[in-house]
Amino acid sequence: MKPFTYLKPHDIEAAIPAGTPPGTKYLGGGTNLVDLMREGIEQPDHLVDITGLHLDGIEELPDGSLRIGAAVRNSTLAAHPKVRKGYRVLSEALLSGASGQLRNMATVGGNLLQRTRCPYFYSDAAACNKRQPGSGCDALDGFNRSCAVLGVSDSCIAAHPSDMCVALSALDAVVHVQGPGGTREIPLTELHRLPGDTPNIENTLEAGELVTAVVLPPPLSARSTYRKVRDRASYAFALASVAAALEIEDDKVTRIRLALGGVGTKPWRAYEAERLLLGGPADEQAYRRAAEAELAAATVRAGNAFKVTLAEATIVAVLRDLSKAGAGS
Amino acid sequence: MTEIQIKLNGSVERIDVDPWVSLLDLLRETLKITGPKKGCDQGACGACTVLADGRRINACLALAVAYDGSEITTIEGVSHPIQEAFIHRDGFQCGYCTPGQICSALGMLGEYQAGMPSAVTEAGEVPAGKPSPEEIRERMSGNLCRCGAYNGIIMAIQDVAGTENR
Ligand SMILES: Cc1cc2nc3c(=O)[nH]c(=O)nc-3n(C[C@H](O)[C@H](O)[C@H](O)COP(=O)(O)OP(=O)(O)OC[C@H]3O[C@@H](n4cnc5c(N)ncnc54)[C@H](O)[C@@H]3O)c2cc1C
Ligand code: FES
Ligand code: FES
Repeated sequence: MKPFTYLKPHDIEAAIPAGTPPGTKYLGGGTNLVDLMREGIEQPDHLVDITGLHLDGIEELPDGSLRIGAAVRNSTLAAHPKVRKGYRVLSEALLSGASGQLRNMATVGGNLLQRTRCPYFYSDAAACNKRQPGSGCDALDGFNRSCAVLGVSDSCIAAHPSDMCVALSALDAVVHVQGPGGTREIPLTELHRLPGDTPNIENTLEAGELVTAVVLPPPLSARSTYRKVRDRASYAFALASVAAALEIEDDKVTRIRLALGGVGTKPWRAYEAERLLLGGPADEQAYRRAAEAELAAATVRAGNAFKVTLAEATIVAVLRDLSKAGAGS
Repeated sequence: MTEIQIKLNGSVERIDVDPWVSLLDLLRETLKITGPKKGCDQGACGACTVLADGRRINACLALAVAYDGSEITTIEGVSHPIQEAFIHRDGFQCGYCTPGQICSALGMLGEYQAGMPSAVTEAGEVPAGKPSPEEIRERMSGNLCRCGAYNGIIMAIQDVAGTENR
């Protein structure tokens, strides 16, 4: 690993000036960053550890929303009683990700900002616009089974790997950041960027901006769930996943939240499907039409065309299950 | 170099360490604690699992400097009925993954007792008593065994579940 300096400040006021100069990165649990540094893909000169900044609280705010500190570990968040009760989709998404050990290490901020990646991103021998801007993309005509079908460009088709972010997208979470210019709030759906022709730039944060918290609006009355389809039952990234919340009254969809993982270059909020479903009949035919409409925008490659069918079927299955579970929570 | 202090298997160690050294390399190369194994060095196998302040982690993705002040337990510091149970149940063949399996299992049983749910926990409520084989399989998925001793591992863990309170 390339040498670097390490600093563990105890307050945000010290962390931000330390974390702003070029060549500096914040360190959460290190489960993504340390791996990429060992591979030489990330080569920071300085690391600023954010786990001493007292960002590890989870608190309910007066308006009923939930504020989650950026340094809260994934396992702690998944097990929190308020999350299990009011935001089941989030707890399920977290528990479907990585392994028990990794969830104990991974932080909320690090999970949000883990790199979007595909096998070629890791390979020195391969062309990758994300690793080496302008070098091309070997995934386009290569081994692209894991790659995205929504939000892709001719420069990059890597899928966003996070399960947590898919649930946060469906929940309308807001990311709180603090940087040299002060604080601001970014809707989760606007934190990640589509690859376009600059796939090396993955998010909308400015230099030195530190994620301090994620805030969830008060719990929905609708029932919610997360389903992940993958090559093995556990400890694997999603081929396709669905986060959904559904409420039905008089056989009509009165509330719907739908987001997809494994198929998008960013956590994919399925706005088109939501638009078609809201106010319409709560039946399988409508679910299928909405799923197909969302996936109509897909651009497939030789290895990942199956993801369209898989995502559609998973959306339908999840909505069917949520409507069967029917009224109540 | 930064001086850090860890409590390793009960004894306090003060060591100078470069920031880019992983906890796994510190243990294996500097301190000659070779129970934790370097299977993949990228978080994908669990052979390097140790307990840090009682929580199971992958030592290969942990920077040693970030664990200054922590209490680290490796298989060398474990004395627990689970070790006998692994022998009785044939919980290993070559034994390479075993130090990680056992540290992971102890951390996992603590999580289960604390009521932390897993992806297969029904309705998110962790039932009292021993974890089911299905629960153990899911919760131990971060530890691969290339000899495929999984059935023995699961039985060994079930045998001792509930006795982990030392
Ligand atoms: C083998 C393996 C399997 C995995 N499987 C899954 C899976 O199935 N599903 C899934 O969702 N994920 C999976 N992951 C990814 C895992 O969830 C992420 O690595 C983890 O969430 C990253 O969190 P961290 O705290 O360790 O981040 P770090 O590695 O510490 O940081 C990641 C990035 O975030 C930045 N960062 C960290 N904190 C902040 C902050 N507060 N403000 C600003 N920037 C910050 C860092 O600079 C870095 O760029 C897997 C990882 C591994 C190694
Ligand atoms: S060596 Fe750490 S997980 Fe494989
Ligand atoms: S016993 Fe050989 S790898 Fe598990």
